[in-house]
Amino acid sequence: MQVIVGGLLMGLIYALVAAGLSLIFGLMDVVNFAHGELLMLAMYAAYIGWLVTGLDPLLLLIPVALALFALGVAIYHLLMARALSVRFNRGMVQIFVTFGLAILLRGAAQFTFGSDFKSVSTSLLAGRTIDLAGVFIPMPQLAAGIVSLLAFGLLLLISRTEFGRALEATREDREAVALIGIDRDRIFALGWGLGAAAVGIAGVMLATFYYVSPSVGANFALIAYVTVALGGFGSLFGALVAGLLIGQVEALTAFLIEPSLKQVGMFAIYLAVLMFRPRGLFGTL
Amino acid sequence: METSITRRRRHELIIGAALLLALALLPLPISDVYTRNLIIITVLFAGLAQAWNILGGYCGQISLSHALYFGVGAYVSTLLLTRLGIPPTIGMFAGGALGGLMALLVGWPCFRLSGHYYAIATVVVGEIGYLLALNWDWIGGATGINIPYVRSVGDSWLWLQFRINKLPYHYAALAFAAVAWLVAWLIEGSRWGFVWRAVKDDPVAARSLAVRIFPSKMAAAAISGALTGIGGAIYAQYVGYIDPDSVLYGQLSILIPLPAVLGGVGTLWGPLVGAAVLIPLSELTRSYLGGSGSGVDLMIYGGLIILVALARPQGLASLIGVRVRAPRGLDSGADDAAAA
Amino acid sequence: MPPLLEVDRVSKSFGGVAANVDISFDVRAGEILGLIGPNGAGKTSLFNSISGEVTPDSGEVRLAGQRISGLPPEQCSLLGIARTFQVVRSFDSMTVLENVMVGAYARLSRTRPAMARALETLAFTGLSARADSPAHSLTPAEKRRLEVARALATEPRLLLLDEMLTGLTPVEAASGVQLIRDVRARGITVMMVEHVMEVLLPLVDRVVVLDLGRVLTIGAPTEVVRNPDVIRAYLGDRYAAA
Repeated sequence: MQVIVGGLLMGLIYALVAAGLSLIFGLMDVVNFAHGELLMLAMYAAYIGWLVTGLDPLLLLIPVALALFALGVAIYHLLMARALSVRFNRGMVQIFVTFGLAILLRGAAQFTFGSDFKSVSTSLLAGRTIDLAGVFIPMPQLAAGIVSLLAFGLLLLISRTEFGRALEATREDREAVALIGIDRDRIFALGWGLGAAAVGIAGVMLATFYYVSPSVGANFALIAYVTVALGGFGSLFGALVAGLLIGQVEALTAFLIEPSLKQVGMFAIYLAVLMFRPRGLFGTL
Repeated sequence: METSITRRRRHELIIGAALLLALALLPLPISDVYTRNLIIITVLFAGLAQAWNILGGYCGQISLSHALYFGVGAYVSTLLLTRLGIPPTIGMFAGGALGGLMALLVGWPCFRLSGHYYAIATVVVGEIGYLLALNWDWIGGATGINIPYVRSVGDSWLWLQFRINKLPYHYAALAFAAVAWLVAWLIEGSRWGFVWRAVKDDPVAARSLAVRIFPSKMAAAAISGALTGIGGAIYAQYVGYIDPDSVLYGQLSILIPLPAVLGGVGTLWGPLVGAAVLIPLSELTRSYLGGSGSGVDLMIYGGLIILVALARPQGLASLIGVRVRAPRGLDSGADDAAAA
Repeated sequence: MPPLLEVDRVSKSFGGVAANVDISFDVRAGEILGLIGPNGAGKTSLFNSISGEVTPDSGEVRLAGQRISGLPPEQCSLLGIARTFQVVRSFDSMTVLENVMVGAYARLSRTRPAMARALETLAFTGLSARADSPAHSLTPAEKRRLEVARALATEPRLLLLDEMLTGLTPVEAASGVQLIRDVRARGITVMMVEHVMEVLLPLVDRVVVLDLGRVLTIGAPTEVVRNPDVIRAYLGDRYAAA
């Protein structure tokens, strides 16, 4: 039971990170290979914010989310807009531009902060556990799960607004939306911003109980890609379901088989699903 | 029958031979061990990039799991040596065979996935391979395998071991790269070369011309995987030690195609040009700027990748006048539904 | 003589919309058969059922007595069906010669013979001068011609032409007509969808008229063009009286 709840909470975080990725992919057919590094930056931002102001990272949620939003928009305008207009090899250019960005960001983090692990040690919730019917749930993880769920709900809400529908329309037919007055560039930039902000929120929450280092992004990135592909590119709901599923499988595999193989379990599930549903569980693309 | 095609191909062969000769002579006046090592690694990765190019560039399947085939080749050849006493020059072909087989196994379920789904599936497959190897004690697990120097034989080509003077490794790597290039050249002029390009451009039209897409992709996978495996075997003999973190790790799967992508995918010279620029640059920045783990080397490397990808997406090779085609985007695996 | 192609009660719907309903007709070996009908009559959909892009919901298509409906396009091509597409699908990253070689490779696995056949086909279709031009640089008329050349290189028995002559200048259209006659002279049966009546009617031996997914009538061009149902289908009831 313990294991299941743990898996559930982690799953929510995966879902949130994946949701950000799904947004970005859904928009532009771009697999953002720098997504993990955005998470890493968010975690560093939380860490630095905590170090400098002494504020509990939970209070930094909004500032970091906004900062990441701005970063996402910046990335779009500086890099991805150019990558989109390339005539040759567009798919590959996008992969490798975001990959180059990932390396760049990782190097920058290493340069600025060094490569040793850091952690936030005095959060409001750190070290506290809550006992729920015999199951011990660490407070930070619980809070992370709850916040992730809320953020997810927010994203779903946004997807139902006019902006959300513009996003959807732009994804379905990039050319046509220009005809009905939707500014593609603005939509894309906002999409990138939102996707980055989602990851930003996940990052802050993670920082309350996970270590921070330049390479931490890579671990979560892969899980995020798998989650998005499993849920289906472009489907927010799919990202949620897949995230929960992946979280469960990971926890159960670690518990029942062998901790260092925990990722193999989720990968196997992912590949198995893809065999029968090449577009993921809820994929619309 | 002489056409522009046959003429061009003859020229390519001549240039290739000249290049081979130049590279064969290159290390002779250089006695600095570091530089020699750099050249060997560059040549090896040029060959690996070319091998990847066959599947990723010509056939259009962006595989990000090639570290798996590289590692398989390294491990198979090494295990045959340490467990059965089989010389690596023979073992490398077994490594290649298994690399090719692995590529077929991966391709079989994955080729039906379109563009990005395929790319991520290959990343995952590579990662699974890495994790499994890490936990598999029979092949050394995380500790890896030290490749022994067979004293009774001494320096030998059959055993691909050279203790003092590492120069022969350069020729081994060069032979590998030359073979990879030649295979690419042969494919370019063969039915598969044409058919793959057709599928990349328009799968529906290709099918209407009797092109069987799936078998042709499997062929590309097998060739690409096999060559990569052989490269892995040579690498193992050269460095003398292998473990999952050096031959199976995920980033290697991005590093292998990188020279091809930046140099020009689906072209004969792209991988070579890309390797010649990227590898020395990354090594040099790492030694001079990154030694203390400062990360500056990574920043430069990442920045360079972004720069080339955006500024010259058709590849650096186009700067020296290499004819570059205008291939389509990522989606070469999905068949369009026929218009009603 | 048995027909080369038999379309036997073929029906196909897409998402609830019936594109072809109970279509039956034969194509005789060596003839040039026209397929006409107003927009939305189901002509391209029928082509797709014949060449394998689509499988009919019911009914059968047989080539020389052998069932081909349900087979994928690559197999239909090997059995002898070649086609062009309404919107030209050239391999734009390749030259004209290379495009046609892809067709030649359908039956020839070695490059030398494939190249030879491709060159011969280019000569036959009048594209020799453009052999080394990139396919994307061709004029629309040349692109149509390229599609035909590419299809011919597969050594088909039946060639399906989807609006090959539409939108051409009279000069281009005349030369296109001549090409089709040359194709038939080589022993290849031709079935062509066309809108441009003045060009089609003198060329074909028989015409199949489709309307709203069904066969309206089949007959010689001169009869069909006077058929009141056909006129009504194209022009509406007001013009039917004549």
